[in-house]
Amino acid sequence: MANKIARTKAREQAPLVRATNFEEVCYGFTLEEAQLEASRCLHCKNPRCVSACPVNINIPDFIAKVLEGDIKGAASIIAQDSSLPAVCGRVCPQENQCEGSCILGIKGESVAIGQLERFVADNSTAEAVVAPSNGIKVAVVGSGPAGLACASDLAKMGYSVTVFEALHKLGGVLQYGIPEFRLPKDTVLAREIESVKALGVTFETDVVIGRTVTIDQLFDEEGFKAVFVGSGAGLPRFMGIPGENLNGVFSANEFLTRNNLMKAFRPDYLTPIHAGKRAVIVGGGNVAMDAARTALRLGAETHIVYRRTEKELPARREEVHHAIEEGIIFDMLTNPVEILGDENGNVRAVKCVKMELGEPDESGRRSPQVVEGSEFEIPTETVIMSLGTSPNPLIASTTEGLEVNRRGCIVASEVGATSREGVFAGGDAVSGAATVILAMGAGRKAAKAIDEYIQSK
Amino acid sequence: MYEIISKKMLTPTICEMDVKAERLSKAAQPGQFLIVRADEKGERVPLTISDYDAEKGTVTIVTQQIGASSSDIIAHEQGEEFCDVVGPLGIPSEFVKMSAEELAQQHYVFIAGGVGTAPVYPQAKWLHERGVKVDVIVGAKTKDLLIYTDKMEKACDNLYICTDDGSAGFHGLVTAMLEKLVAEGNVYTQVVAIGPMIMMKFATLTAKKLNLPIIVSLNTLMVDGTGMCGACRVTVGGKTRFACVEGPEFDGHQVDFDEALRRQRMYVAEEKEANENHVCHIGRGK
Repeated sequence: MANKIARTKAREQAPLVRATNFEEVCYGFTLEEAQLEASRCLHCKNPRCVSACPVNINIPDFIAKVLEGDIKGAASIIAQDSSLPAVCGRVCPQENQCEGSCILGIKGESVAIGQLERFVADNSTAEAVVAPSNGIKVAVVGSGPAGLACASDLAKMGYSVTVFEALHKLGGVLQYGIPEFRLPKDTVLAREIESVKALGVTFETDVVIGRTVTIDQLFDEEGFKAVFVGSGAGLPRFMGIPGENLNGVFSANEFLTRNNLMKAFRPDYLTPIHAGKRAVIVGGGNVAMDAARTALRLGAETHIVYRRTEKELPARREEVHHAIEEGIIFDMLTNPVEILGDENGNVRAVKCVKMELGEPDESGRRSPQVVEGSEFEIPTETVIMSLGTSPNPLIASTTEGLEVNRRGCIVASEVGATSREGVFAGGDAVSGAATVILAMGAGRKAAKAIDEYIQSK
Repeated sequence: MYEIISKKMLTPTICEMDVKAERLSKAAQPGQFLIVRADEKGERVPLTISDYDAEKGTVTIVTQQIGASSSDIIAHEQGEEFCDVVGPLGIPSEFVKMSAEELAQQHYVFIAGGVGTAPVYPQAKWLHERGVKVDVIVGAKTKDLLIYTDKMEKACDNLYICTDDGSAGFHGLVTAMLEKLVAEGNVYTQVVAIGPMIMMKFATLTAKKLNLPIIVSLNTLMVDGTGMCGACRVTVGGKTRFACVEGPEFDGHQVDFDEALRRQRMYVAEEKEANENHVCHIGRGK
């Protein structure tokens, strides 16, 4: 019965309208739409969606509450496992997680779990259950998804948690990386952070751990009993090709930080941003889509240059779909080899080569190979490098005995224990750049491990 | 929020402020910088740390009015607050790690240009307090633009003032003064130049001619200042480096100054527009 109802589509801003503004793309469900969609859930005995969720949200139960119209009840069920539902409902790759394992998806379309989560989070606030304070101080480094998840769980257990953030605004990559049109800052993100504050978590911005204060000082001088490092993967990669330091070449991090954290898209904010008449984004991940869609909204004709084909794009399908709808031009099987400048040192073109896919490599992906003699130029004013990021070395280099691997990632166990006693780590700082929800999952595991560590002493 | 404890105009366009920033004042070392965001809509502006007092919990910044963002900083009065002051950022000066024996063998000469005189001060002071031989050459266009001369006098063995128009001290460029001092028989182990990028470029050319090692402190564009954006990238020894986390001090002989000068001009068009549209708040609330 239930699966005869088609999956409810959330309404969106028309593509050509939204391509000119920074308002959120998707409007989300109304109560009627949410209840209709909730009615599609089969309430499986062994819900595969729950085990596919990195923080194991009790999905069928919260959906049942939505169907009853008890949105507050639904919010409370989600809150047991997630401190950022409004964020996750928007930015999780649900198609690979909860929705990807939904039984309805085998023959038809899965339940729109992400949209339902977002609906609940946007329309209700869960009442937090916090244990009495035990007065034990735990420090959390970084206010991104890993740090917020870890801090929330520890606060609920009664710990006295302080989160240190290097930037002037909270949220980490949710603040500086993900654009307004996917995750509104002043409404959605700010509200989510307020709910973490409501658990009793203290936040200190403008503190660069490793510079302003070291992890050793947190233990020795400030009385913290454990530290969780969730400092993310903020160091941008470049290609190492000639011309990368020309004026007009940016890392996606710089471009997005100027626009999101510093609000350069708003004329009343002072930070400048340069998109130019045409912008070329190099890379095919979610960050590349975010940078491209931002450049488009700033008025540039925007190209995405990627060395494989559309099928191999690592970005979420939804992001690619949105980008195409909005008019972004995809130049596939294309790889930059040099950036060319004019007499003033400004970018004038990207020199590229055509690629073709060869035999599958050890990762199973067909590796791209250069087509001989295929060099050509794409004229452009702006080039944005979106080739991934790696962890910032600052904390590891200022914390003696904290082991990192070859890629600069902090070495940590399954539950986040590092080579330093009392120091735990999780999220992108350990895994390298991954997703919001995996970082949250790591933060939660570490919170449990920190509790066990402190109790055992 | 970070309260401005005191404010003093050193020249009509250069302003000195002591700002309350407890954690920063305790961690700061010579050679490091900080970032100020004056108010919600402001830029993150990197400024060198001109002094720090862990007991009072304050840091001293010296700002020259150039564009909209520096004007906003200067428009703040004593008792008012900045939204954000973060740091110390960057790696401290090399000498901070030297042993007493190593320091005893040094003879430093600093070349300070314009507002760059302020960040030279904590470095010269640090060395002078430890008995290291320090000479300082300060350059400015004209006498009225000289700053920190009294303070600097007490933080070094010899202070040499140069002005472009001869209104004070030596009539000529700082580079000519360096050549003169070396010609007079001064044997320097290290030159340090801090000031406008173009001055650091020519100081480096002079040091090369004199066969002297030189360290420069690069005032590149930055956004976060923590290694996240790469706006500050410079070519040093043929490799791309991030001035914010790998600098700001580098071996001058290895720096590609022409690229650095060009990269500083990245947003000239946008800044011009900001200045034209900028509503000046100097004198607000009065």
